[in-house]
Amino acid sequence: MPIISYLATPNDGEKARLLSCLQSMDYCEAFGAENKDLIILVTDTPNEPTEKKLQQQLKALPALQNLSMAYGHSEHSNPHNSQEQ
Amino acid sequence: MELSRRSFIKTAAFNSAMAAAAVLFPGVTFGVWKDNNAGSSSITWKKTPCRFCGTGCGLLVGVSNDRAVAVKGDPNCSVNKGLCCVKGYHSVQALYGKDRLKTAQIRKKGKLVDVPISEALDLIALKMKETIKKHGKDSVSIYGSGQWTIPDGYVASKLFKGCIGTNNVEANARLCMASAVVGFMTTFGLDEPMGCYDDIDHADVFITWGNNMAEMHPVLFSRMVANRKEKKHVKIIDFATRNTRSSLASDKSILFNPQTDLAVANSICYEIIRNNWVNWDFVKKHVSFFKGKTDIGYGTEDHFKFTDKLNPVDIDGYKEFLKDYTPEKVEKISGVSAKDIKYLASIYGDPTKKVTSFWCMGMNQHTRGTWINNLVYNIHLLVGKISSPGNSPFSLTGQPSACGTVREVGTLTHALPKGVVMSAKHREMAAKIWKVPVENIDPKPTYHTVEMFRALDRGDIRFMWIQVTNPMVTMPNLTRYRNGAKKDDRFVVVSDVYPTPTTDIADVILPAAMWIEREGFYGNSERRTQHFEQIVPAQGDAMCDTWQIIEVARRLGYQDKFPWSQENYIEEIWNEYIQFHDTPKHRMAPYSLLKQRSGVQWPFVEGKETKWRFNAKYDPAAKGKDFDFYGKPDHRARILLRPYEPAAEFPDRDYPFWLNTGRVLEHWHTGSMTRRVPILHAAVPEAFVEINAKDAANLGIVNDGKVKISSRRGSVVMKASINGRGNPPMGMVFVPFFDESYLINEVTLDAFCPMSKQPDYKKCAVKIERV
Repeated sequence: MPIISYLATPNDGEKARLLSCLQSMDYCEAFGAENKDLIILVTDTPNEPTEKKLQQQLKALPALQNLSMAYGHSEHSNPHNSQEQ
Repeated sequence: MELSRRSFIKTAAFNSAMAAAAVLFPGVTFGVWKDNNAGSSSITWKKTPCRFCGTGCGLLVGVSNDRAVAVKGDPNCSVNKGLCCVKGYHSVQALYGKDRLKTAQIRKKGKLVDVPISEALDLIALKMKETIKKHGKDSVSIYGSGQWTIPDGYVASKLFKGCIGTNNVEANARLCMASAVVGFMTTFGLDEPMGCYDDIDHADVFITWGNNMAEMHPVLFSRMVANRKEKKHVKIIDFATRNTRSSLASDKSILFNPQTDLAVANSICYEIIRNNWVNWDFVKKHVSFFKGKTDIGYGTEDHFKFTDKLNPVDIDGYKEFLKDYTPEKVEKISGVSAKDIKYLASIYGDPTKKVTSFWCMGMNQHTRGTWINNLVYNIHLLVGKISSPGNSPFSLTGQPSACGTVREVGTLTHALPKGVVMSAKHREMAAKIWKVPVENIDPKPTYHTVEMFRALDRGDIRFMWIQVTNPMVTMPNLTRYRNGAKKDDRFVVVSDVYPTPTTDIADVILPAAMWIEREGFYGNSERRTQHFEQIVPAQGDAMCDTWQIIEVARRLGYQDKFPWSQENYIEEIWNEYIQFHDTPKHRMAPYSLLKQRSGVQWPFVEGKETKWRFNAKYDPAAKGKDFDFYGKPDHRARILLRPYEPAAEFPDRDYPFWLNTGRVLEHWHTGSMTRRVPILHAAVPEAFVEINAKDAANLGIVNDGKVKISSRRGSVVMKASINGRGNPPMGMVFVPFFDESYLINEVTLDAFCPMSKQPDYKKCAVKIERV
């Protein structure tokens, strides 16, 4: 059940298109920057196969120039540094 | 609506991406975040300064069901204007580590056992009484921190100095900014920067002196980068002993040999005079020249004493002194080319350029820390680039209230909330406000931090109460001080939020309410006082550090000096404390205003904050038409003649490498909080030793290979980092100190600046071996 956030950079002039694509995809929440050509993408998938499939879909987006991971979480926690929830 | 665990993680994911975006694209904003908030109708947002460094970023903490669940930068805070660093965005997660201390513990038959907190407080008071009776008042001590809130430090000082009558009050800020304090006092007669962060928006050139701001003060560094992006002529020059992220982002990086910043600073002054770039009008009206003692020692022996003696000199005497520092001569010892020294001088000397110098631990943790502070002021004073927008020599701090608490409240052995214990006038003022007999306040300082731990080892001190700090990781030459603290007839109380190597040696542990689990104030690097209310409940039996001290004070019989109720004691303490500073030079904002705003800068006079001190245009305390350095009796700042002198220990045949220690972006100081934040821990899970690739090749060391670092005091084995984030030059290694599994301070040397008593964590000699 991974939760991952990315910085998504669109190709020139394609920010609106990319944002629209990402917002329409399952398991995705996308937020466009107000003053830069940049999008924050947060994905929340139920299992590893879905995650892999989503990543393939993301890589295939024509408006996407670059996707950089900023945060990744899976259910494997560090026994010494886990959080009390 | 209760925020689910996955929503919490998603918020953290979003915040991480925001933090990354802010570093890559300074000034980036995401308006949709507001929409995101709107959906979380049950989240309430409360303002607070960040828990970590001395920048003092304003945060908005989102609270749901009494739990802090989210963080965003406070757009109303002028410090960060809505931006945070990666630690700030994840700061609230530090509240909720699984091993949070929630009950008091007492060591019984060698084992720590849980007890009601009242039992622990009773025992602390009893031990203090017994120790004072048996060994005298100077056998008990308190060691606090630049993370103490202002009320914490204030009641500690009042109890120990005003009531018990001992000056055994110190704080870990001695380890991080004492040289800055003594630098300010010797040059200007008053502590803390004259400028403010607005200087970043006005400067044309930034020169960072041994200061990796990209990692240590990332929000301020982002503001510098944003200024450069907006105004194409703006330059950042990194002047340092190793290559860092700051070097990479700078327009020019100049490396110098450790300790030789003293020589380079003098050489810059030599060049400024030689080229007649001096602002003579400023110098004649506002500057005087003095020469102090030389060959002043390093403090490595117990009971070390030093007092400086200043003699006036004239400009010709200063020119004569500088003849030893021609760029060509200095090139030979510093490794900085004469051309680069001349380049630096030309920047300071160019009357069309506004220059801000930033520094932090590189200059302060230095056996001549006071001197190098003085020398950078000399440069700015010679060219008159000071106390005006963009022209600023600016000493940064590393803790959220090193300025607010340690420097302003005066939680150091020699200090009082205003002035020093040596002054009868200052003792009388303190006695009057504290309502104690003036005879209670001892006119003689006792022990600075290193000497205080030496006194604990020797047995001169038998009782120590440690609050909000982790000295069993941070003390240099650590093995001696840990062994000393563990001796049978020593009694150590530790107030903290997590188990640490310091709680490991405690006889009593008090669980502390952390940050927004209580009300308090911090004071940041730009004279900004920042109030925060209690936003979430304290966990278990955890108690505010201020209230812990009040409880013990009452048990010691000082009820009348600490009469406040739990309902409003922070406000009452604030109102008592600010009586110490009620002059135009340091007046502080009222409680009601601090509650409303994201910080208020002092001096706060007639409803106005003071952005630039010592300049009549901005500072109501300054008299005359332009500058007035009113901290000195003659209203002049001082150019002080300070020579280059070598480090206390330097590489030799047996120990051929310099060891430099410091921090990383993701972890804050000893890591006791940030290592409990999963994403920060995952980013940098353990400490490492940075080594130059050529040195590594010569020694057969590979990346991630095990390396033993040894000095004359101890050794540690850790993984190597080659061509990693930082890259030291040949002959130097760098180790961060955030990881308690690798106690690099067992290797460091407890030499200190004889004037500030601040240890030098940046220079000692080590050998490196492949394991």
